[in-house]
Amino acid sequence: MRTTRIIVLALVLVLAVGAVATQAQDNVIRIVSQTPLSGPQSVLGISMRNAVELAVDQLAGPIEELGFAVEYVPYDDQATPDVGVSNAQQIVNDASVLAVIGHLNSGVAIPSSEVYNDNDLVMVSPANTNPLVTDRAYPTVNRVCGRDDLQGPTGATFAAETLGVSSVYILHDTTAYGQGLAEFFQEEALALGMEVLNFEGTEEPSNFETILSPILAQEPELIYFGGIYSQTGIFIAQARAAGYEGLFMGGDGFDSSEFAALGGDAAIGTYYTSVAAPATVYPAAAQFIEDYTAAYGEAPQPFAVQSYVSTDVALQAILRLLESNGGVLPSRAEVAAEVRATEDYEGLTGSITFDDNGDPEVGLYYVIEVVSGDPEAWNENTVIAEITLDSPLIASMMMEEEMATPEATPGS
Amino acid sequence: MSLQLASSETVIAPPSINPLMSVGNWIYRFILFPLGQMTVFIVGAAVILTLFSYGLALLFPEPRPGINLAAQISTQLPGMIITGISIGFVYSMIALGYTLVYGVLKFINFAHSEMFMVGSVIGFEVMRRVFDEGHLGAWAPVLLVLVTVLLSMLFSGTLAVVIERVAYRPLRGAPRLVPLITAIGISYILIDSTRAIMTLTRNDFNLTYPTNEIDWLNTPIPVSFQSFASGGTNFGGQLVEQINADGADYESFRIGDVTYENLYIGGITIGGKPIKNTDLRTLTVGESLTPEAIEVNGQPIRDLIEIANVVNIRITSIIVVISAVLMLLVLNFFVNGTKLGRGIRAVSQDQATAGLMGINVNRMVALTFFIGGAFGGGAGALFGMNAGTVTPYVGFIPGIKAFTAAVLGGIGNVTGALLGGLTLGLIESFLNGILVYFPALGQRYTDIFAFSVLIFILIFRPSGILGERVDEKV
Repeated sequence: MRTTRIIVLALVLVLAVGAVATQAQDNVIRIVSQTPLSGPQSVLGISMRNAVELAVDQLAGPIEELGFAVEYVPYDDQATPDVGVSNAQQIVNDASVLAVIGHLNSGVAIPSSEVYNDNDLVMVSPANTNPLVTDRAYPTVNRVCGRDDLQGPTGATFAAETLGVSSVYILHDTTAYGQGLAEFFQEEALALGMEVLNFEGTEEPSNFETILSPILAQEPELIYFGGIYSQTGIFIAQARAAGYEGLFMGGDGFDSSEFAALGGDAAIGTYYTSVAAPATVYPAAAQFIEDYTAAYGEAPQPFAVQSYVSTDVALQAILRLLESNGGVLPSRAEVAAEVRATEDYEGLTGSITFDDNGDPEVGLYYVIEVVSGDPEAWNENTVIAEITLDSPLIASMMMEEEMATPEATPGS
Repeated sequence: MSLQLASSETVIAPPSINPLMSVGNWIYRFILFPLGQMTVFIVGAAVILTLFSYGLALLFPEPRPGINLAAQISTQLPGMIITGISIGFVYSMIALGYTLVYGVLKFINFAHSEMFMVGSVIGFEVMRRVFDEGHLGAWAPVLLVLVTVLLSMLFSGTLAVVIERVAYRPLRGAPRLVPLITAIGISYILIDSTRAIMTLTRNDFNLTYPTNEIDWLNTPIPVSFQSFASGGTNFGGQLVEQINADGADYESFRIGDVTYENLYIGGITIGGKPIKNTDLRTLTVGESLTPEAIEVNGQPIRDLIEIANVVNIRITSIIVVISAVLMLLVLNFFVNGTKLGRGIRAVSQDQATAGLMGINVNRMVALTFFIGGAFGGGAGALFGMNAGTVTPYVGFIPGIKAFTAAVLGGIGNVTGALLGGLTLGLIESFLNGILVYFPALGQRYTDIFAFSVLIFILIFRPSGILGERVDEKV
């Protein structure tokens, strides 16, 4: 009995201390990030965290001048939906959190953002490309990158028209991101008259030997893999070792120097589409690359610059609110509305204006070729094509406008 | 001490080991018989699966438009068998660890998949270090593989002994559930500490073996197989390949009733259109493409070109198979041909009695863990060389499959582990090769069918294909 009493007492004490601790934080603004900091995709996740940290360090000054402390808390979503959601539940319970930067994986972002949205907490995503992320039209969910329903077709068009591919074997990793991207690729590939030999999903992380035999037997000109580098880098190494000689292509999930580390020389000549070019492509990002390299001792991974931009977007929205309402801490809903109202934001990756769904009105899509099997040389990958596409919402609005005013454009 | 093993012999009566046993007899018992057994298992499983595949092709000749299932199976058959054998041996080696420990302690060591993982990580460290130091030129290839595998075995084996001493021995009298939970705990501890160590030392835990960078490991050997299907159903696929290699110039080319003139092969066009397998198939809708029906310059193409099926066999796959066979032979000799092996068998039959007979039970249990761990570690290093990249999470799937293999073959039964592993590897390989052609199914659902087969077999043979072999476990 005595032990029980002690435990109860201890619990009460802990709760009391906890309550006091949260009470004392009303002039603290927290920015959190959720990215995979452990697990096979941590190379990207850690780099994203570093970029957010750098952004908070460099850009929070004006808010701190108004008397608020800006703190940054990184969370590890382990690239796993349930971990992301349980972190999200913890995050929303901390009243001082005003913005979430994340995630890396659409499959994690979609369920986690349900929690954020229920609590009016704004999420700015640097990397989630699945259409469903913003198609739910939540006021709290925004992204600074492009969408898979435009990225996949970009790849298919490039394969058909520039590479002249006529047969393709499509693989995906069975996640929301990979399968979604592969489906959009397939749709466009069929529309362009390519022969789709197969559409296959696999969760296999390390040994693709048995999966390869039907692929080799059908001799596709191109293998398209909707998946993440930790799987696809190993896949292409084994495919080449087994004698595959055709082309290899994928989406922004390939975009990590780890792809070259895993694939080695087999990685050379791989094409991938991306919503984010290597940081070196953006002229405005030179200073960022320098600062990042100085702070963390290595070059930023893809999506690092987008993470920096996402943080900046959130911080600027908070700053605007603080300035307009005289230094009163804004509510989460106000922050979400203000982020969505971002217009003609000029950042490292160019101009961003969010549409009503939270997509940037104009997205940039790239086709990139891997030039070296050396991970150090990843940032030297050549951008082969750069395509500008309107977000679907904007595109459909423009179409409606055209249809609504037929007499203005006679003959169309 | 003189009591020790001499008297146990009379009690448990293992196959008598006569010091004067003839060399011929010895070769038969420890080399020919086990090798024959492996061959029978491989051929048996491969034949059954091949028949099953062609049976499936009879039921569904064209599961998807434009796909001739029988033709695809014929093209892929050698490849499927080879990959099935190589992955099967890896499963077998891991399965041995489960089965040996179960035989001695009646307990499933769920941390065993982590012996595999640790072995693959140690193998990576050894190979990577040797490679980065640049000593590789001086290391003979065989020696490098040997050192990598042996060090992995040694490390994993020792680790298994330590784990047994720390986490299982104190619980030997406890209810069965307790060591099971400890094993799961150990498994997580090993995964996460490996992750921590690799993250701290290498800042990365996608561990890529240098096999990609070593030419002699990375050059596949092309092997030609005679076409399996007669009647030329698989002709479309093979023809272009062979003419392609030929690179010759033919004046006319006839498929059925259609003759194509001025066919330039090498640039490969028919009527200005490039030939692909698919084009050939499209050209002959409604016709049966037999080698006789295809003529080049008026002669049936069969007379001109030997139809062969070229399969690239990876050196690493060959290394996996050879090492596994050698290790299994050594294990067989050790368990059935030495005093220590006899001790292990005695403990597995009756621990208490074996103890009374003067056998050091704890030492035998530790030895069993060492062997099991070493086999798991060796399998890990071989798997790593073959797959190219390992992570601290790599043990989970092969571990589950190997456990399944052990149960499938009959847990506690060494031969059963071998059979179970090979069967499972071949089933997996065949299903992965064939299911892709079925719409809406595909490789991602392979496990449904693989494990349905398992359940089906266990319904009829609840103690596995070969049974638990109660009279002589291990």
